[in-house]
Amino acid sequence: MSAQVFDAIVIGAGSVGLPTALFLAEAGVSTLVIDQFAGPGQGSNKAAIGGIRATHSAPAKIRLCLESLRIFSTWEKSHGDGIEWFQGGYLFVAYREQEERSLQELLKIQQSYGLNIRWLDRDEIVALVPDINREELRGGTYSPEDGSASPIMSAAAFYRRAVELGVQFRFGERVTGIIRRKNGVVGVRTDKGGYATQTVINAAGAWARPLAQSVGLDTPVVPDSHEAGITEPVARFFDPMLVDLRPTEGARNYYFYQHKPGGIVFCITPDPPIVGTDRRETSVYLPMIANRMVGLMPKLANIKVRRTWRGLYPMTPDGAPVLGWSKTVEGYVHAEGMCGQGYMLGPGVGALLSRMVRGADSAEDKQILEELRPTREFGGDEALK
Amino acid sequence: MPDHRIHEHPILPAPEQAGVPFSWLGQPFLARHGETIASALFANGVRTFGHHPKDGAPQGIFCANGQCAQCSVVADGLPVKSCMVVVGPGMNVQPLDGLPVLPDVQRQPTTHAIETVDVECLIIGGGPAGLTAAIELGKAGVRALIVDDKRRLGGKLVLQTHKFFGSIEACHAGTRGIDIATRLEQEARQFENIRIWLNSTVLSVFSDRRVGVLRDNQQYVIVRPDILLVTAGAREKSLVFPGNTLPGVYGAGAFQTLVNRDLVRPAERLFVIGGGNVGLIAGYHALQAGIGVVGLCEALPECGGYKVHKDKLVRMGVPVYTSHTILRAEGKDEVEAVTIAQIDKKWRPIPGTEKRFECDTVLIAVGLDPVDEFLHKASEFGLPAVAAGDSEEIAEASAAMFTGRIRGLEIAKRLGRDVGEVPPEWHRTAQILKSRPGMTMTEDLPETQAGVFPVFHCAQEIPCNPCTSICPNHSIRIEGDEVLGLPEFVGNECDGCEKCVAICPGLAITLLDFRKDAAQPTVVIPYEFSAKRIKKGDTVTVLDCEGVVLGNVEVTRVRAPREADRALLVRVTAPADIAPRISGIRVQEPWQAERAERFEQSIGDDEIVCRCERVTAKELRALIRSGIRDMNHLKAVTRCGMGACGGKTCPNLIKRIFREEGIPADQVADLTRRPLFMEVPLGAFAGVVAGEALVQDVPRRHATDAHEGGL
Repeated sequence: MSAQVFDAIVIGAGSVGLPTALFLAEAGVSTLVIDQFAGPGQGSNKAAIGGIRATHSAPAKIRLCLESLRIFSTWEKSHGDGIEWFQGGYLFVAYREQEERSLQELLKIQQSYGLNIRWLDRDEIVALVPDINREELRGGTYSPEDGSASPIMSAAAFYRRAVELGVQFRFGERVTGIIRRKNGVVGVRTDKGGYATQTVINAAGAWARPLAQSVGLDTPVVPDSHEAGITEPVARFFDPMLVDLRPTEGARNYYFYQHKPGGIVFCITPDPPIVGTDRRETSVYLPMIANRMVGLMPKLANIKVRRTWRGLYPMTPDGAPVLGWSKTVEGYVHAEGMCGQGYMLGPGVGALLSRMVRGADSAEDKQILEELRPTREFGGDEALK
Repeated sequence: MPDHRIHEHPILPAPEQAGVPFSWLGQPFLARHGETIASALFANGVRTFGHHPKDGAPQGIFCANGQCAQCSVVADGLPVKSCMVVVGPGMNVQPLDGLPVLPDVQRQPTTHAIETVDVECLIIGGGPAGLTAAIELGKAGVRALIVDDKRRLGGKLVLQTHKFFGSIEACHAGTRGIDIATRLEQEARQFENIRIWLNSTVLSVFSDRRVGVLRDNQQYVIVRPDILLVTAGAREKSLVFPGNTLPGVYGAGAFQTLVNRDLVRPAERLFVIGGGNVGLIAGYHALQAGIGVVGLCEALPECGGYKVHKDKLVRMGVPVYTSHTILRAEGKDEVEAVTIAQIDKKWRPIPGTEKRFECDTVLIAVGLDPVDEFLHKASEFGLPAVAAGDSEEIAEASAAMFTGRIRGLEIAKRLGRDVGEVPPEWHRTAQILKSRPGMTMTEDLPETQAGVFPVFHCAQEIPCNPCTSICPNHSIRIEGDEVLGLPEFVGNECDGCEKCVAICPGLAITLLDFRKDAAQPTVVIPYEFSAKRIKKGDTVTVLDCEGVVLGNVEVTRVRAPREADRALLVRVTAPADIAPRISGIRVQEPWQAERAERFEQSIGDDEIVCRCERVTAKELRALIRSGIRDMNHLKAVTRCGMGACGGKTCPNLIKRIFREEGIPADQVADLTRRPLFMEVPLGAFAGVVAGEALVQDVPRRHATDAHEGGL
């Protein structure tokens, strides 16, 4: 029996794979998506907390996320399905001189890229978030055009649209290898069969590296795990994503926001990182983050926590994704190492890859691809991962 | 002011007068000391506690167990689960309409480090299984900790006013559940090595093999056990039908909590769905509390519960409709009526058989599921764990008590204590106590019309034998001396002492005495209702086991011997032809069904499957038909299973829809289970001491719209 033939095969039906497939199909590319889990978004997408911002410091990420923001913010209007988009902005707060200084420095870079971000003094922050702890609050950066949406609802919406456009999906199927001939991709082998294609896009997130290694490409992606949670929904009492960069024992920054239905979604960055793909809950997480959230916003002491979970950040050494054609394996596309930002990068990445695969990438796309090329030196360090 | 309290109960002691003032929507109400807000509201005639933010549907009590959030209200400015929070003097209680406003706090609360506690064995749940296990562990010197979410130990035993089945030696047969709870608690409390945390809930078993516990409803503690014993009991299954989320539709467990723990009369006219022991007993408890039971329906051709439980209901005047299902509950804001219909062999309602009853409450008692998520998590994380009681296998409390004992001994042995082996006969007894009721035989009615002897209205094999133990002449026997079997009167020796009548948990023994008058013998009948309802000289209607009226007879004596333990033994004089068949005294007049006006399909698209997020069958069906097989995908689109109950209620209902759509279970990916077991304030995890995060004052409602759209 001959294998089914596709123009492109996307491995991973997650934050990156779904929009990529969707935009490929929109451009008429016959596409298959293969995912080891039972449904769309069941890897790290459903663990993402939903923050979407363009206010990064690396130009490529800024551009990708600007495109993502456009897609997320207009999705409901153009496609009908709600994804809980809410433009609440991002607020990075400074309570100490060192955070104030680093945020101010970053602000200059961000503003130089034309981003809508500005410094708020203490009173302006209090006016924006009346319930914030004012003691020793110095100010912070505020980017009102950033926002949030529901990762799982977005995944479901992208999936629905992709199916509508004719994308085929194989769930509960694991890719066991990429078939090559003369060092070019000719197909994909799975635990249930095989499919022919000359373009394979690795969007397998935390599980991307072994796949890349199977064709001799060692993208330096190392997953680590972060824990998140959500509370009961309450009436809206603040809008922006609050980010507190102060490190404490066991953790670096943490952040939380009130999502559109009213719950507080929160997440913390462990320090040192918890390397690996363990997604099981630990006893350490809740006390660690609860203490800090109550410190930042005392009234949160009374909000009820509903659920917690753990998700994976596929990290690269410089905190930036690895994107674009492989230089050594023809037809292999890297869409790897999103560093915990796959959800906000996803639509932008997907749209770009769709153009790239069709050879329709713009000059700006080429700049992004140059910056995120797989063969770069991974020496730099993104200021805000 | 409406008074929905029970002031008089045949078994339970009269409670104190309500004297704690509080307000509801500004109206002054009184609560009893220590009473939950939910019970106090019910007692004052309120059972709609708020409206859902999604569609404005009225919300009321559902689990009465702290598991869901359907009963949420705003108490002194704070959104709380009314079934868990005790009324404080002067408390200002408001309905929760839509999303709650998180109140401001007076000051920055002080946080504290989270305490870690090491124990050898952590027992989740101090019910029948947990307590008997703790007693064995206590004897063996094991350092164990019982964590129980209720105010007193005993689990569901404390709600059981009836006498228990089983055998006297194995599980206190013939003693009332509430009293077994007290005995077991006293025994467990003797051991210094057994610690007990009440009002405490296990929130999660973590992968680092620590267990998060909310102690005393406020303090978060991490427990490090060597071994986990899960005796967390069971949760009630739910049912989808039109009107299934109306206030007044709830589980039998919630009902028993309101009635038998809090002595609140939540209903005047009750209909019970489900003829298992839980539904049958709940119906009986309702009668004892003076609540009318309009009827009970069971989808199977026969009730699944013990026949003696069913017989008790039937001979008190409760109609039992087998091969019937509920079509709908109706009412504007609360239940006003229920419609049932007969079903065919394929479970389809038969048009023309609908029966509609006016009632104010519909109890759902359609089976139990084990609360076993902690067991699974522990197994996944490599923490040694075992289960007993309903968490292991749904069975009677008598079986739970016995398996608890076995697990206790096994754990002690596993922890290196020299306790010997578990006696092999224990396992056998445990098996017998777990037995499902056998086939119903015909009643063995005596032909003799002379002398004195007991009559056994007990025609179904269940594990129960206290009558054989109590007879002073050893004249009652079960074939082969088994627990499981039908008792019979052997030999000629009967003193007429009435002890067998007094002890029988099924109230299924009468004493027939022809000695004074062979044509008008006397019959002694057990009666578990208020003594005020019956006295010498009354004429009463007597019924047989199937509820058939045998006639009206005169009460010639009422006595309350100690061995009957609050039950009355009523003696009547009856003609010899009916006397042997008499098995009960009618306590309520039969209720008349109305003809239903129209027939409706039993499964409608608008029925609510996920009650927390108000997700309808229609939404789920459409997605399933579009090819979705992952329940997590359904969750992402509809939010089903994402609500306050933590996905404890709807997963089985969603699976049922998959089945109805013809999709095999192995093609359906289950919902991912995540902590927490119950919603808990964030401050608890920061070690905020209760009272530290004081609410400033009752806040004004924010204008939500003013906040939309960013700045």
